Amino acid sequence: MQATTESPGLGAAAPRPAAPKTRVPGLGALGPRLEAFVIPLLALVVSFVLFGAFVALAGHPPLAVFYEMYRGAFGTWFSFQNTLQRASPLLLTALCTALPARAGLVVIGGEGAFVLGGLAAGAAGVGLAGSPPTTVVAGMFSAGALAGALWIGAAGLLRAKRGVNETISSLLLSYIGIALLNHCVEGPLRDPESLNKPSTRHIGEANLIGAMPGLDVHWGLVVGIVACLAAYVLTERTVFGFSAALVGGNARAARLSGVKVSQVLIIMCALGGAAAGTAGAFEVAAVHGRANASLVAGYGYAGILVSFLARHHGLAIIPVSLFLGGIAASGGLLQRVFGLPDATVNVLQGILFVVLIASDTLYGRVRYRAPAEAS
Amino acid sequence: MKRRLVLPARSVPRFSRRIALVALPLLSATHGCSKKDEAPAAPASAAAADGKPAAAAPSDATLTVGFIYVGPKDDYGYNQAHHEGAVAVSKLPGIKIREEEKVPETLDVQKTMESMINLDGAKLLFPTSFGYFDPHILKIAEKYPDVKFFHCGGLYQEGKHPKNVGSYFGYIDEAEYVAGIVAGGTTKSNKLGFIAAKPIPQVLRNINSYTLGARSVNPKVEVTVIFTGDWAMPVKEAEAANSLIDQGADVLTSHVDSPKVVIETAEKRGVFSTGYHANQAQLAPKGYLTGAEWNWEKVYQAYIEKTQAGQMADHLVRGGFSSGFIKLSPYGAAVSDAVKAQAEDAKAKLTAGSLVIYQGPLKDNAGKELIAAGAKKEPTDITLESMNYLVAGVKGTLN
Repeated sequence: MQATTESPGLGAAAPRPAAPKTRVPGLGALGPRLEAFVIPLLALVVSFVLFGAFVALAGHPPLAVFYEMYRGAFGTWFSFQNTLQRASPLLLTALCTALPARAGLVVIGGEGAFVLGGLAAGAAGVGLAGSPPTTVVAGMFSAGALAGALWIGAAGLLRAKRGVNETISSLLLSYIGIALLNHCVEGPLRDPESLNKPSTRHIGEANLIGAMPGLDVHWGLVVGIVACLAAYVLTERTVFGFSAALVGGNARAARLSGVKVSQVLIIMCALGGAAAGTAGAFEVAAVHGRANASLVAGYGYAGILVSFLARHHGLAIIPVSLFLGGIAASGGLLQRVFGLPDATVNVLQGILFVVLIASDTLYGRVRYRAPAEAS
Repeated sequence: MKRRLVLPARSVPRFSRRIALVALPLLSATHGCSKKDEAPAAPASAAAADGKPAAAAPSDATLTVGFIYVGPKDDYGYNQAHHEGAVAVSKLPGIKIREEEKVPETLDVQKTMESMINLDGAKLLFPTSFGYFDPHILKIAEKYPDVKFFHCGGLYQEGKHPKNVGSYFGYIDEAEYVAGIVAGGTTKSNKLGFIAAKPIPQVLRNINSYTLGARSVNPKVEVTVIFTGDWAMPVKEAEAANSLIDQGADVLTSHVDSPKVVIETAEKRGVFSTGYHANQAQLAPKGYLTGAEWNWEKVYQAYIEKTQAGQMADHLVRGGFSSGFIKLSPYGAAVSDAVKAQAEDAKAKLTAGSLVIYQGPLKDNAGKELIAAGAKKEPTDITLESMNYLVAGVKGTLN
């Protein structure tokens, strides 16, 4: 996408007059659409070259490492399902950053919404014990989404009404959220039988959501993809989405145009929080069957990375999640086959992130030699 | 100047202060997600599928054993203790080990187990973290009935859990009792500090045994406990250590995943320490007195021999000094001969079973009677495993 549209608000400050472009004779600019593919691809290639150099320094043949990574992430049916499974929470937690970003906010509190979504789902599951499974599951997901929406919505409210920086407040709210989870599972909601691993009571086997038919992947994947598509439609194809982009671009101008700025900010935050809360609810309803400290596994933070790599674009979140899911899925193999430290995949992620952010500077500057001059 | 060359002007606003602000949390985000990203497992039943067994597929004679750790395997703590056991058994004939560290207690560990089974051909798995058991090991064990899963923690229930699963644990509070004797005999201020993760039965039992040991040789000793709230909170652990030292404690110990920070802080502040999980003597050459260590090598070797013989081991395995499940770190230079003698005497009695740690009269730290005079609870007593009290002599509360 074009640089000017994709991160509205991130730099609402300091508008500068555009510098005159230095035109090199015989070179034409790539179109914005082509750029959107070529530049990230270039960044990927550069990242992998750098990563290859890193593993070579560590004494391992880069090609063999890449081959194992491919095998671990996509090479077999088991691997591919592993990747899909790891991608599914990221789809939803990424939206927690991506949706508010459309309105110019930088929300990094997905972890808090995620764990509270899980806690609320666990509590609802226990509270509704005895009801038919559909009721329990519906109650769990409503509770999870609502908890996440309230949590991030609160950050949005503070921003809209009191001007509190949402980046800081959402991050701090995450710590509070995690503390709340620990307090509840170790105190009021604790299953007295969970002696050495404090947890809420089990929601009951009948209420667990199984894997999708024929797959070893739970339904969070489908819900995540649908949510990303819905986010795309909302942000790119609706009046509300347009008004959010307007707020992100210039809140004052938006207000003058009659946009209810506070409302837009709070709704975008609440929607993002609801997505992360839903991911937390899946963690309880499809994996653990109860809420406990295992919910704090960094999915919320990983979502921030996904959202930034996807430039906060609903559709782009899907491939980026799969990609990061694949990297995650291949990490264990690198440890076991090459004895590489567990931080190896972090190094790759770090390189990717830095290179992709740096590649932002290339938009509008990549030129190719026009065929006529080339000959 | 240069910047202008690199950044097209219209992108400059996008790199405003805002983005710098974002960059920091994001960096930590990459770090945070590490937990889950790294953990992973990788996959793939490729060994069978693409005919390229790589380093993976074992020959029939070789037994591939997988070890999974929740934290780094060189953490000077819980994970290192298991890793040392794994390295020891890797030297046995016909054994190949595969290890994966920093695997969170989520779907990640399920995928790691499956990956070890499908790709590495593992037939015996030791997923070591307490939280791996339910639901993760239980689920994967049902799916792969030919593979054996042994879990550290003692959660196995006959009739309820799959037959290819077992649990092992050690009465490490016996070693804590002896470490308490050493601490109680060495302290000058009669104040000991205990930094603990969570007030759960396993932890409370260690705190209580440590205190009982210390007070058995020095009744004036008081043990102050601080709970940090989680298993790996290095900053809080350092704060707690400093706070305890400021309050006059001159021996510190801990029950967290990695005692490294506590031991190092104690050494830096010039006070003594006793270790836990693994040997931390090299972190504190001056102040390290002794420590309660696991001896998993012994346990793993027994499981491997059973598996190689084609048998299922006992579902529940436990032991203390007498069965070699636990050991003491070598005594540090600061431990006097008299204290050493007292400690060795207690260790011998615990090994022989003639000394029982929990015996009456025993009161909790609010004065309530726990065990009447003349009564006692052997280490195997099941009620000790739901311990929810701090004994007299401990300063601290459970909430």
